Amino acid sequence: MVSNSEKYTEKKTKRSMSQEKRNSIAGYLFVSPFFILFAIFGLFPMLFSFYLAFFKWNGLGEMTFNGINNFTIIFNDPIFWKSIYNTVVIGLLGTVPQLIVAFLLAYALNAQALRFKNTFRVAIFMPYVTSIVAVAILFSIIFNNQSFGLVNSILGVFGVDPIVFTQSEWGAKIAIATMIFWRWVGYNTIIYLAGMQSISSDLYEAAKIDGATLSQQLRYITLPMLKPFILFTVFMGTIGSLQIFTEPLIFFGGNLREEGITVVAYLYRDAFENNFFGTASATAIVLFGIIMIFSVLNLIITNRLGRGKARKA
Amino acid sequence: MKAITLTQPKQLSRKAILYSLLTFAGLVSLFPFYWMFVMATQPNHVINQTPPALLPGSELVTNFTNVLGTIDFFGAMMNSLIVSVSVTVGSLFLCSLAGFAFAKLQFKGRDALFVLILITMMIPPQLGLIPSYYIISQLGWLSDLRAIIVPGLINAFGIFWMRQYIKEAIPDELIEAARLDGCSNFRIYWNVVTPAILPAFATLGIIVFMNVWNDFLWPLVVLQDQSTHTLQVALRALSDSYNRDYGMILSGTFWATVPLIIVFLLFNKAFISSLTQGAVKS
Repeated sequence: MVSNSEKYTEKKTKRSMSQEKRNSIAGYLFVSPFFILFAIFGLFPMLFSFYLAFFKWNGLGEMTFNGINNFTIIFNDPIFWKSIYNTVVIGLLGTVPQLIVAFLLAYALNAQALRFKNTFRVAIFMPYVTSIVAVAILFSIIFNNQSFGLVNSILGVFGVDPIVFTQSEWGAKIAIATMIFWRWVGYNTIIYLAGMQSISSDLYEAAKIDGATLSQQLRYITLPMLKPFILFTVFMGTIGSLQIFTEPLIFFGGNLREEGITVVAYLYRDAFENNFFGTASATAIVLFGIIMIFSVLNLIITNRLGRGKARKA
Repeated sequence: MKAITLTQPKQLSRKAILYSLLTFAGLVSLFPFYWMFVMATQPNHVINQTPPALLPGSELVTNFTNVLGTIDFFGAMMNSLIVSVSVTVGSLFLCSLAGFAFAKLQFKGRDALFVLILITMMIPPQLGLIPSYYIISQLGWLSDLRAIIVPGLINAFGIFWMRQYIKEAIPDELIEAARLDGCSNFRIYWNVVTPAILPAFATLGIIVFMNVWNDFLWPLVVLQDQSTHTLQVALRALSDSYNRDYGMILSGTFWATVPLIIVFLLFNKAFISSLTQGAVKS
């Protein structure tokens, strides 16, 4: 039993605790869930990956120190290099045309007095709401190896022999790149459109008065003003491309072939199909390094751009 | 007068190019959905013919019955719902709470901690994949939905987003006034902050829900037992099933896609702005 007087003093000390102190306790308390969860499921796994990259481990037995052998093993594996090559090629095929088309579509959607604008927007954006797995299944069947497959039927009309997509060096990559293109083009269109809408119409009016043509307006107003948006999409496209996994896994139906295996798919196969956790961790570290290089590059470019802008202002 | 007659045909042809470009893009975006539906209604012998069918057939029900015989479709949908709703509700709470602290409370090291959170956003999730799997297996959470829900509550972007929103949406005077009324910090959060940031909840909610609903690699790794599969993992099992019955596979894929598409069509403005807002703002 707590006596009345004790209750009173408790209340009193509580009240006498300064507001700053209470705020600071609440502050730590409110942000702590993130840091606790991150320590367990973010930081620790990350550090452990670096540790594991130097050990031989099958996930069950004991770990044996392996020095830098895991790295030697993957660097001597032609499939590892092939997976990097595939990731880059698929990334470029899926991203570069996509961003160009997205720019054109945004430009068209931004036209004045356009009717059915929202209908176009919704239609173009809809693929993004579809899950990557669904997109990958759908396009794997559209690009299926048989002559009755949709793409092969269309090619047949033009007299092209059916392509065995899963076993074709370029066929596999184009099929996977198409999945990426189709799902993301609408998303980037909307980003560019938002960028174009943020450009003040005064600029265009002034340019018109000065007699600038449409292509001059595009070159000297739209493109420069859109630079941060373009940088953002290029950066996201690059990071996203480096992490491509679902599309090849579904496309090859569990038998990840050389024609389209990506770095993350290589890592996944190493770890969860072959139980080589050490070499898979080494791959994860290499991937991390590549992603970090691109992130820092992006940071530098964005900063320089920001500073340039500030100077101009 | 002269200028008008000169520009009008030019403008007309510009309009024509514009509309045909957009119509073409719209058709390319929508056709795969239509074709998926057509295939979901066709028997296998029609699917295997050249040229492929372009009109719906008669096997809508049969194909979906076959799906139900191959995977636990509704069970998987239920699992996806449980996981997505739990993560969404949980991270809306935790992100807004932390966002409130970062925006409105003074404590030592606050800004450094916030920068730390921003830095964690740069780490690719694949880096810790293997040890995370190990931790989950040590916790006994393999084939347990908690393996998705608990780590899913970590959301650095959400905290960043909520902090920015709360900073702008809630004047300091309001918080001071509540304090004078004797409100504790949590009470201020609950009674003053939450009602004022409902739009931010909607935006972040859509982003988180979509991400969790569509997530694949992590659920694939930790949800091994079929009864715990989410929709995406179950679809993969369907697509790898022994008899590659395209009508059945696309039927499952189609019906798994429809619910989210309907929600999207109903709230398309909110969806499009939410999903691209994070990008535009930062």
